[in-house]
Amino acid sequence: MFGLDKKDSTLLLIVALLTMLAPFILNPFPTDSGLAQFNAGYPDLMQRFVIFGIFAIGFNILFGLTGYLSFGHAAFLGVGSYSAVWMFKLLSMNILPAILLSVVIAGLFALVIGFVSLRRTGIYFSILTLAFAQMSFALAYSVLTPLTNGETGLQLTLDDPRILGASATADGSIPVTNLFGLEMRAATDMVVGPWSFTFSVGYYVCAVVMLISFYLAIRIFRSPFGMMLRAIKSNQQRLNYTGLNPKPYTLAAFVISGMYAGLAGGLMAAMDPLAGAERMQWTASGEVVLMTILGGAGTLIGPVLGAGAIKYMENIFSKINDNVLHGWFAFLPDGIEDFVVFVIHPFVGKGWHLTLGIIFMLVVTFLPGGLVEGGQRIARFFNRKKADDPKSASTEPAE
Amino acid sequence: MDAIILQVLNGLDKGSAYALIALGLTLIFGTLGVVNFAHGALFMIGAFCSVTLQRILNLSFETVDPTRTDFLGNPLKVKTPYVESWFGPEMGSTIIDWSVPLAILFAIPIMILIGFVMERGLIKHFYKRPHADQILVTFGLAIVLQEVIKYFYGANPIQTPAPEALTGVAQLTSTIVYPIWRIVYFCFAVAIIGAVFAFLQFTTFGMVVRAGMADRETVGLLGIDIDKRFTLMFGLAAAVAGLAGVMYGPINAPNYHMGMDFLVLSFVVVVVGGMGSLPGAVAAGFLLGILESFASMKEVITLVPGINQIIIYLVAIVILLTRPRGLMGRKGVME
Repeated sequence: MFGLDKKDSTLLLIVALLTMLAPFILNPFPTDSGLAQFNAGYPDLMQRFVIFGIFAIGFNILFGLTGYLSFGHAAFLGVGSYSAVWMFKLLSMNILPAILLSVVIAGLFALVIGFVSLRRTGIYFSILTLAFAQMSFALAYSVLTPLTNGETGLQLTLDDPRILGASATADGSIPVTNLFGLEMRAATDMVVGPWSFTFSVGYYVCAVVMLISFYLAIRIFRSPFGMMLRAIKSNQQRLNYTGLNPKPYTLAAFVISGMYAGLAGGLMAAMDPLAGAERMQWTASGEVVLMTILGGAGTLIGPVLGAGAIKYMENIFSKINDNVLHGWFAFLPDGIEDFVVFVIHPFVGKGWHLTLGIIFMLVVTFLPGGLVEGGQRIARFFNRKKADDPKSASTEPAE
Repeated sequence: MDAIILQVLNGLDKGSAYALIALGLTLIFGTLGVVNFAHGALFMIGAFCSVTLQRILNLSFETVDPTRTDFLGNPLKVKTPYVESWFGPEMGSTIIDWSVPLAILFAIPIMILIGFVMERGLIKHFYKRPHADQILVTFGLAIVLQEVIKYFYGANPIQTPAPEALTGVAQLTSTIVYPIWRIVYFCFAVAIIGAVFAFLQFTTFGMVVRAGMADRETVGLLGIDIDKRFTLMFGLAAAVAGLAGVMYGPINAPNYHMGMDFLVLSFVVVVVGGMGSLPGAVAAGFLLGILESFASMKEVITLVPGINQIIIYLVAIVILLTRPRGLMGRKGVME
């Protein structure tokens, strides 16, 4: 299918099914049950899942394939957001030109930064990208204020020109982002018994974009170009001796992953038309590194899983407070209940970063391949068991 | 002229902090070959050692003073710190006043212990793994340490004032005044850096460590347990970072993310100095500190707006592109 072999088509189909049915899958609990707070099926969070999925897929094309650890990828995301918002301000509220512009601008930005940074490897490369990103962050906060609106962040206003659209709607408010009239904010609710599912236009737009970028990533992974990138990761010196220049390949990978980040930034602005400098800070770059490693660097599905896991923890884990905990453990005797809540308390709610840090350390230490490797190990464990049985039954004496 | 001297002085105290952290980072990298992203967290823990000591010294008991009454007419409750009752009020309040310098003594054993535990418990398992893994696991550790501190001490900065005698400003010349504590900090940093270099240069132990940095295998073949010495160096590096944090408290009130703020800059400092070069780290620390303070002069900012925010990164980029291994880096390290 689409030039993919059977295994990859299955993977793409599974991902497509999961993203399309996400409003159902992520809302497994009835709205009035105690577990409803684990429902992640609200548009805002689902959009974040797929947008950060795109960001991590792009980062993985650079880090997973070539092994260059960039600590400044958030800069491209920020640039993408700013250009998208400018497009909304100047041209129209249609998200298509905005996203196109953000991809192009982020690509150009990545071309410049990549051209300079890729002259060094190892930690020197990491520090160079970090330095560029921190510079963009600092400039966006201070000198470039006319372009970025500094600390307040870039926002839409009523007196924006919007050449191809209206500056304001009939009732005098700021128009909303749309795709040829289809409003991003529009959503329909479906109520089935005690469950309620929300289908939002914005989410499905993001999901389709994510599927396209996922498909492109598969193609890149399987292409000769992808092979070349892997060769760079495993032994750059040998590549040099074979008479190949790795620079154009790494630069291309860097620009592609920068464009992915720009796309994510543009989508983020399309869902919620504002852009702030904090999106470019190094902590944001660190976050995408965490996502990719947690899911499994160098694998196709890993970064998406990692992005989902971290965003889920950030939004759902952080909402668990002491009252909720007491509710769960109410069946225990009082003293033990208090003790259990006391033990769990530091790890949930505001302390979710602690859980994240611990999980991340465990993953790096014991599962260098991330969640994907964990899944593979479990699968292998069960397969071996299954495979063992017929073998032992069918052993026949030689001769 | 005065303005220039003042900027150099301003740069020296920020530069001292950079230099101290970068020194510790380079010690760890040079000896163990590990890129320690948790080093900023050690700096932060050092600062919280002085917060802890301050709290311990302020532990007090309540007595009822029947001769005085509070505004409701009840007998007045007087809080007396234990140290004041043990050493007498005068001596006791002096001890509390000097809690930050005293915290140096308090922090050294704690930081060395934390360094040992970190090295033996976690870092040891990462010697043979790629640098990217080391960066990632220590990054995770930094998050954990930061969150633990946040859990126990809260998210707000906690003041750790300098002793009464060392607050205020010194009149250096007729026109230049400068806070005393910053001078103290600079002298302290110079002393620590000097001590570390002297330790490495003039003791047998230091000689062995330097030999191990140059060629670990050969030193091992000579029958020296170099791992044990390197563990000790990790403890030492942790102590250096911790002391930098203790003394930095009065300049900037400690909060749980101060480590991360410094970490990024110190990494830039280390890379500019050249990975694995101790003199390079110290020189780059002071250099970048001074350049940063020059860039924040009004005249410079009007000339090149925004330069104060980006100067460090700009210098780092220029140096890395013109001198690939930083100022004093060795060949073949981390490439």
